Amino acid sequence: MQEITFASQLLQYAITGLTIGSIYAMVAIGFNIIYNVTEAINFAQGEFVMLGGLLMVFFRVALNIPVIFSLPLTIMVVTVVGILLDRLAIRPLRKPTVLAMVIATIGASFFIKGAAMLIWGKNPFDFPPFSGRNPIAFLGAVVQPQGLWVIGCLVVVVIVLTLFFDRTIMGKALRACAVNAKASSLVGINVKYMILVSFALSAAIGALGGIVITPISLMEYDRGAMLAVKGFSACVLGGIGSFPGAVTGGLIIGLIESFGAGLISSGYKDVFALLVLLLVLFVRPSGLLGSVEVSKIRKF
Amino acid sequence: MTTHFQPPKHKSAVQLTGFALGLFLLPLLAQWVSFFEHYIDVMVFVGIYSIVTMGLCLLMGYAGQISLGHASFFGLGAYISGVITAKYGVNPWLCLILGMVISAAVAFVIGAPSLKLRGHYLAMATLAFCIIVTVIFNESTEFTGGPDGLAFIPGIAIMGCALDSVVKYYYFVWSVVLVLLFLCLNIIGSRVGRAMRSIHGSELAASAVGVGVAKYKIHVFVLSAVLASIAGSLYAHYLNFVNPASFDLFVSIKLLIMIILGGMHSLWGAIVGAALITFLSYEWLHYFGEAEVMVYGAIVLAVVIFLPSGVVSIPEKVRSLWGR
Repeated sequence: MQEITFASQLLQYAITGLTIGSIYAMVAIGFNIIYNVTEAINFAQGEFVMLGGLLMVFFRVALNIPVIFSLPLTIMVVTVVGILLDRLAIRPLRKPTVLAMVIATIGASFFIKGAAMLIWGKNPFDFPPFSGRNPIAFLGAVVQPQGLWVIGCLVVVVIVLTLFFDRTIMGKALRACAVNAKASSLVGINVKYMILVSFALSAAIGALGGIVITPISLMEYDRGAMLAVKGFSACVLGGIGSFPGAVTGGLIIGLIESFGAGLISSGYKDVFALLVLLLVLFVRPSGLLGSVEVSKIRKF
Repeated sequence: MTTHFQPPKHKSAVQLTGFALGLFLLPLLAQWVSFFEHYIDVMVFVGIYSIVTMGLCLLMGYAGQISLGHASFFGLGAYISGVITAKYGVNPWLCLILGMVISAAVAFVIGAPSLKLRGHYLAMATLAFCIIVTVIFNESTEFTGGPDGLAFIPGIAIMGCALDSVVKYYYFVWSVVLVLLFLCLNIIGSRVGRAMRSIHGSELAASAVGVGVAKYKIHVFVLSAVLASIAGSLYAHYLNFVNPASFDLFVSIKLLIMIILGGMHSLWGAIVGAALITFLSYEWLHYFGEAEVMVYGAIVLAVVIFLPSGVVSIPEKVRSLWGR
């Protein structure tokens, strides 16, 4: 029996924190994509993650489809849900104010949550990790192989999104909407279509996050709200609208939560991230990497 | 200039008197009709929730901000009244005031940083607050009794007259509602109300004509938290029991649905919405059982899409269709 030193314990907390932080980062990225185009906070963002996890359980365990097929299938189904959210809840709004959009996403999140409870019930589910359960020893700490998948997926998402926003016309159009929606429609960008794309994209990213985390932390129908709040904390910590901010914020929130649970109290684990949110709003509302203008004066 | 913007005073006075008369007659009516009797009990809860929704209505309909934390202010009032009266035997009225003061302070701490920013930071900050408060209610078992709740909260009395029957409490709660409704209607008709409406219209334009946008938003948020706390105290003394599940996120969303369904631009809408949702959840919705959450989601979506001004706008709509 190897003795567990304090240092290796800290390393263990750091690894756990980075793993869960990657999920918060993905949720935060999803928030940013929709926020940049519509200025609305999508309260259903956490439900995408929950749906991703539970649908993957359905495809992987109930239908026994191999990961290589069930993963894209799940992402596709959740993306369709994102598109439906835009088509059925956002697009039909006659006066699409930000307030109305936010209310619509709150309603949609409850609808999705209720539907998930009817389909899957209240119990948590999981499915076997992608590459076994044998932990890898690393400087006295252990790493779950699935944890590496989670962090790897975040890296892939960041790279793909960077290429998408820099190199493709659609990505550039989305960025233009983020700067000024009215001006973009004047130069021929279909803003309503861009809103649709933003919902589809953040649904897909949320679903991926839900899929990779489920083997580690399980998934049940009412996980969405908490994930949304922590993702939003990450978003605000990094500076709302900023993608590097979302990743940094997510990882920091994950680390704070993991160290807080390990060193202070696990009963109040969920409170730490939320205190960070309130503290950031107090001290530096523009976030770590955001510009002050973003939070104060965005639209004229 | 001032009279130009004010809603006609006599009209709202007539409405208020009519409403009060109807409320006064309801229990007398209930004596004759047997199945009505039980509705008086539900109407007490309608009154209690109306106090919360009136504050929320000022916040949402007039200052254009969403709060998902009002169940927590409601709970703060209920727990402060409940714990202190049940465990230390302090006068309920003192606890009610203490609850109001603490809720106001907490609301200021949350509201001040998030309301200085544009956008819906308050919605997420209050969502976070609601989750924190639920955790605290559940974890600090020595005071709150934890998830099982806190029982044996004493009732409340007015000048030595104990409010020990449903009908007495009904009259008490609805008198409070009417007084607060009168105050809120006056706020809307005043200079402050016009400033709030201008913020809802356009923050930029409002600040350009010299309205202190952040200041008003914080004031309204604190006021709405105080109203929620009053309602919470009344709730604790009526039910004599509180538990964390009565003040969680689901309740915050229900309060929000009341406003949206009733019509967020009208205080009457706040009361109509509170009545509809309270009757729905106490009387009718349990037929749906587990699907209840989904039904609430569907109601929000349907109203925000098809009836953005809520149920109170239906007569207006019918009239305009008739006139065509």
